[in-house]
Amino acid sequence: MYSYTDFDAAFVAERNRQFRAQVERRIAGNLTEDEFKPLRLMNGLYLQLHAYMLRVAIPYGTLNGAQMDTLALLAEKWDKGYGHFTTRQNIQYNWPELRDIPDMLDALAEVQMHAIQTSGNTIRNVTADHFAGATADEVADPRPVAELLRQWSTDHPEFQFLPRKFKIAVTGAEQDRAVIKAHDIGIQVVEKDGKIGYRVLVGGGLGRTPMIGKEIASFVPQQELLPYVEAVVSVWNLLGRRDNKYKARIKITVHEHGIEDIRARVDARFEETRKAFDGTDLAIFDEIKAQFAAPAFRNAPEDDFTAAYDADPVFRAWADSNLSAHKAPGYAIAQISLKAHGATPGDATAEQMRVMAQLARDFGHDELRITHEQNVVLPHVHKSDLPQVHKILKAHGLATANIGKISDIIACPGMDYCALATARSIPIAQEIATRFDELKIENDIGELKIKISGCINACGHHHVGHIGILGLDRAGVENYQITLGGDATETAAIGERTGPGFPAEGVVPAIERIVETYMKERTSPEETFLQTFRRTGMAPFKTALYGEEAGKKARAA
Amino acid sequence: MPKAFTPKVVTANALLEGDVIYLGADDTWVRDLADAEIITDEAIAQMRLLDAQSRASEAVGVYLADMAPTDSGPEPTHFREAFRATGPSNYSHGKQERA
Repeated sequence: MYSYTDFDAAFVAERNRQFRAQVERRIAGNLTEDEFKPLRLMNGLYLQLHAYMLRVAIPYGTLNGAQMDTLALLAEKWDKGYGHFTTRQNIQYNWPELRDIPDMLDALAEVQMHAIQTSGNTIRNVTADHFAGATADEVADPRPVAELLRQWSTDHPEFQFLPRKFKIAVTGAEQDRAVIKAHDIGIQVVEKDGKIGYRVLVGGGLGRTPMIGKEIASFVPQQELLPYVEAVVSVWNLLGRRDNKYKARIKITVHEHGIEDIRARVDARFEETRKAFDGTDLAIFDEIKAQFAAPAFRNAPEDDFTAAYDADPVFRAWADSNLSAHKAPGYAIAQISLKAHGATPGDATAEQMRVMAQLARDFGHDELRITHEQNVVLPHVHKSDLPQVHKILKAHGLATANIGKISDIIACPGMDYCALATARSIPIAQEIATRFDELKIENDIGELKIKISGCINACGHHHVGHIGILGLDRAGVENYQITLGGDATETAAIGERTGPGFPAEGVVPAIERIVETYMKERTSPEETFLQTFRRTGMAPFKTALYGEEAGKKARAA
Repeated sequence: MPKAFTPKVVTANALLEGDVIYLGADDTWVRDLADAEIITDEAIAQMRLLDAQSRASEAVGVYLADMAPTDSGPEPTHFREAFRATGPSNYSHGKQERA
């Protein structure tokens, strides 16, 4: 894992000192809210519906036990005993008071964390595949380059006042777990002729106008990556629509100008930017990479795992749904679900955070990951330790066996917390998870990803949910639009609307009808919801939701 | 006939805690919607809003929110104001904690 240099530590400390003084001046009445707001946003502090909200970055979703312990400390000391993990590998505290924020930031700095650029029109927290460095299917660990990008983008003087926010995600594997096609820039580590390079996508994004990212370069060599990315952001910085907030993101710029035009501009700009890079970035990259060396994996028998798997059906169910293949023999990647049926997706109590931190120290080479799907990962656990890990998780309400299932729902905070929301998300997620747990058909349904957003900004990724739910305000009443067929992976797709929306109490019955239709239509239990939808199209689902007439029209269309 | 004026309360978030606050008839900020002054005259509402906006070291994001007058005080006409007045629905936090 990356460890701060003296420069990093001094930079964060200086920023915290500045922000402490800014908070004091605001409270003393020497700064107006208009003056203070951009300053607090640069440091991750929002004012939401009921309180301030502090958004802390977990760069590329990686943290160690001590860092998780500090997140727990913040929850306990300055919040209401819990934190909310988000779809961009951040954690949000929903109830801090203004006076306490500088102390919270100082506590974070002690474990090399901060909230810088988690808000505002800047380059945000760089996210990455949560299985990075552990999965068997990657070309290279994407985190060193994510860290390089983080260092380059942090306080980058040219990019502090961009037309809008800018999000970068990196994957090292062909199988995309980082949703790179829905980011302003998506980066995939690739290999050509034995050399590592980067495939660069641009112009993806969800929100009001969802777009799938387009390839702007198929292979950018290591030494050209930073100047190339700088050229992309720089072209957009000049060209981006500052006249209209809704047209300001790079996805619109790419859409309006076309990818060829943007590529030509980027290539021209790249000739300028490359001159400013003298190879220092390569030296830094090598230093970063050395810090991400794989832990010393141990060789041990797997008998304990096999015995528990055969004897304990609860452990078996958890192992079947929450474990993934690890690159090291005898190891597994274990996901900890923060989606207990009926609970708030992505929330963890301070106590649970400490349990996860201790598990990482005792059984997981002191590493944890946060997924964009709002779960936690122990990326390196030897299989023989898994029965013990599972036992501890179970004792703390963390052993829900539902990863990738219908109750493993992404939900944004929605109108329960967010000032921008048009409807609630959390209660809808709670009701769906509770209902399908009662029906006991979750395992039979198989892989099905529901994603819920409480407004069109789409923090809940509803466009790329197999089933997407979007909460809106229709004449003063919460109303929910449903989309089907979205996909967040390398085969990314934007979901298609079923038709008119549903009132809050109609959402669960609608989801039940959709699921019943899938189970009736699928050719075998192996055919997933998404595969069935791609084969049948919308018609049978429309019939199930709106009646025979609507289905006929969909078939004819 | 001009459209009837919907009664209003002046509301904001407290600078220090971020908590939802309302302007009372005595010019103090109150935490409970039931204690808020309900304003039924448009011109007065605008005056009260301007006054409240000038109190920048106490309140953030001051605005007028639609309310229906009832015997137990102002009642939100929109669900967003109802959530602001009570708190989130997933935990008993915020104002409902103190109730």
